[in-house]
Amino acid sequence: MKKLLTGNEAIARGAYEAGCLVAAAYPGTPSTEILENISQYEEIYSEWSTNEKVALEVAAGASIAGARALVSMKHVGLNVAADPLFTIAYEGVNGGLVIVTADEPGMHSSQNEQDNRLFAPHAKVAMVEPSDSQECKDFIKHAFEISETYDTPVLFKVTTRVCHSKGVVELGEREEVGVKEYVKDPKKYIMVPANSKVKHVEMETERIPRLREYSNNSPLNRIEWNDRKIGIITSGASYLHAKEVFGDTVSYLKIGFSWPLPDKLIREFAQGVDKLYVIEENEPYMEQFIKAMGIECIGKEIFSVCGEINPQIIREKILGEKIESPYKLDIQTASRPPALCAGCPHRGIFYALSRYKNKVVVTSDIGCYTLGAMPPLGMGDTVICMGAGITAGIGFDKVNKMADRNKKVFGFVGDSTFFHSGMTGLVNAVYNQSNMVIVILDNRITAMTGHQENPGTGKSIKGMEAPEIDIEAIVKAVGVKEENIRVIDPYIMEENTKAVKDALEATEPFVIITKQPCALIKEVQRRREGLYCQVNQDKCKKCKICLRIGCPAISMKDNVVSIDTSQCNGCTVCLQVCPFDAIESFGGEVM
Amino acid sequence: MVKSLLLVGVGGQGTILVSKILSEGLLEEGYDVKMSEIHGMAQRGGSVTTQIRFGHKVYSPTINTGDADVLVAFEKLEAARYISQLKKDGTLIVNEEEIWPLPVLTGLEKYPEGIMEELKTKVDKVISINARTIAEELGEPRSQNIVMLGLIVKALGLENIDWVSKIKKFLPERVHEVNIKAFERGLKS
Repeated sequence: MKKLLTGNEAIARGAYEAGCLVAAAYPGTPSTEILENISQYEEIYSEWSTNEKVALEVAAGASIAGARALVSMKHVGLNVAADPLFTIAYEGVNGGLVIVTADEPGMHSSQNEQDNRLFAPHAKVAMVEPSDSQECKDFIKHAFEISETYDTPVLFKVTTRVCHSKGVVELGEREEVGVKEYVKDPKKYIMVPANSKVKHVEMETERIPRLREYSNNSPLNRIEWNDRKIGIITSGASYLHAKEVFGDTVSYLKIGFSWPLPDKLIREFAQGVDKLYVIEENEPYMEQFIKAMGIECIGKEIFSVCGEINPQIIREKILGEKIESPYKLDIQTASRPPALCAGCPHRGIFYALSRYKNKVVVTSDIGCYTLGAMPPLGMGDTVICMGAGITAGIGFDKVNKMADRNKKVFGFVGDSTFFHSGMTGLVNAVYNQSNMVIVILDNRITAMTGHQENPGTGKSIKGMEAPEIDIEAIVKAVGVKEENIRVIDPYIMEENTKAVKDALEATEPFVIITKQPCALIKEVQRRREGLYCQVNQDKCKKCKICLRIGCPAISMKDNVVSIDTSQCNGCTVCLQVCPFDAIESFGGEVM
Repeated sequence: MVKSLLLVGVGGQGTILVSKILSEGLLEEGYDVKMSEIHGMAQRGGSVTTQIRFGHKVYSPTINTGDADVLVAFEKLEAARYISQLKKDGTLIVNEEEIWPLPVLTGLEKYPEGIMEELKTKVDKVISINARTIAEELGEPRSQNIVMLGLIVKALGLENIDWVSKIKKFLPERVHEVNIKAFERGLKS
């Protein structure tokens, strides 16, 4: 049967067909839908883990116990999971272990565009790179087999264009491989120096040479001989873009198994063509290897390491075709950046804090609330990575004191991010006596990635009831004093303002927990249906204060302020900030 | 021959759903199909694009400058933003909907005036419609994306594909009737 699948759906299907039994992940664009789709198969135990390191460790444990296991994450997630990665590489596997890393050249929804192919030679794990959905499915099966045959975890590298592009996929049947026998083997699975030393040598002298041999003969690496004036070595989505431009007029070495790279195959291909190009996104990963072999090729001399590659770029760089649009408009377009939604529960506390913008520093984090840094709220000084909303705040606060800045640091973190890597930061803030304020925005879901359950929501990935981890209880248990904790409803401006004022006065670690579910949760939308606010034009003085909360439902056109009731969910933050009582709410109260 | 269709709009308008329905229909018709979408942060009121390419054999899922045979804009500012992707002699389909982005709402930027006039001056083949008005007449403003689907199907001459079953497949039952009506209104526009 043929089906149109995204790369992510195809990876899930591949895991199913390969007899995978355990899958774990932490959500992150563009990888999220992999586990969402896997979780629909009853045969596979799936979990949203608290972070990527946890997910990889869960999968590693499952693999050692004898099951085929898969873990998926966005590229930056592999930084979090790097610790187990480098050592599980020494230990190898029992059941096959596949680690999917979804990279983001072009950074459509990410904070950097690191090229995770470089992890493979660094951690010494085999690497597989599919180009389209069919390969995503097929290569996952290969990856499990490679993992078990060569006793190695396999890094499965995809990018946004592979994950989020749909293509036609021929489906197969599931092969039940079952759970392998587990035999206790301390020399293999207990990485103390005496064992690790042996393992490292074994990797270098046995596993890697065998993998190199496999690479040269792998069905995943193939030469397509056509005209030999131009030869192109490429992988992933770049292969598709190159085929789009050149079709069958040039020769290709398509790399699908990319660590170790196939040295003999590369040499054979290079000798067979007049001019050799390497087309790859981001880092010159293959190019450096090829050049180190003493082979001449053209790569990053003409292609940028920044951003995605596409057919247009290839046409420009190799064929010298400058492509210009046939249309030149004489109007200036306005930008359309993402924004906090109408009714977003994060808005109120950001607005309350923005009243003190000269007295505070805001260390923010990864999530929808990163958007609080955008105008008009402008509540953000730093965004680094998951968890740094708290921890960068600790460092910032210490220096503020040294420099007598008299500014209070507010660190923001979401509920899912708090469980991911905020908790360790909180402990650090208490232990090292930080004077910062930690704001935990509990909107009862992992929102930015499209609503995934997390330890605070009381539900598992399969929608089953799960223990609900109480954030406030954790904060108390860690040692934040009761008088320094505020649990508030962020739709009530008085509570936001009071909590911010109290926090500004505090001389010890202070925590504000805002509790209000994401406005886009279906249940919430149903509950608030029919609720909206409207401007009473007789009372409106056009002071524009309501525009400062940055709600996409509020506009001022032709000197009339109005609220788009189709977007409004009646959160009433605008009503509460209006100094002239010119905004009224309709549709009743929400319980 | 590979045809390239670029759909652009604002997060929440349902462009991705229309792309999914179109891709399924084209697959059933026997085409090789590639569809690429960019979402994530863009969902939050940002600009959203999906690209559909279909033909005998399709390699790259992406559409670049001057590549799109058809550019479908669910909002007119987005039509202006992505016009460079349209082929010379390509068809532009625009929903005359105006959605102000946050920088315009807060007065930092201006929503350009005269977008439709400018587009009609510069592009030969422009099909414009007010899908929201039609959807509101039908009593379901959210069905404006399916009005657009009807219009796209007509513009591409793909009326022979069973679109109604696709609409039923991708939408909940309670909105089937109104969306089928929306589709037919788009088809007749």
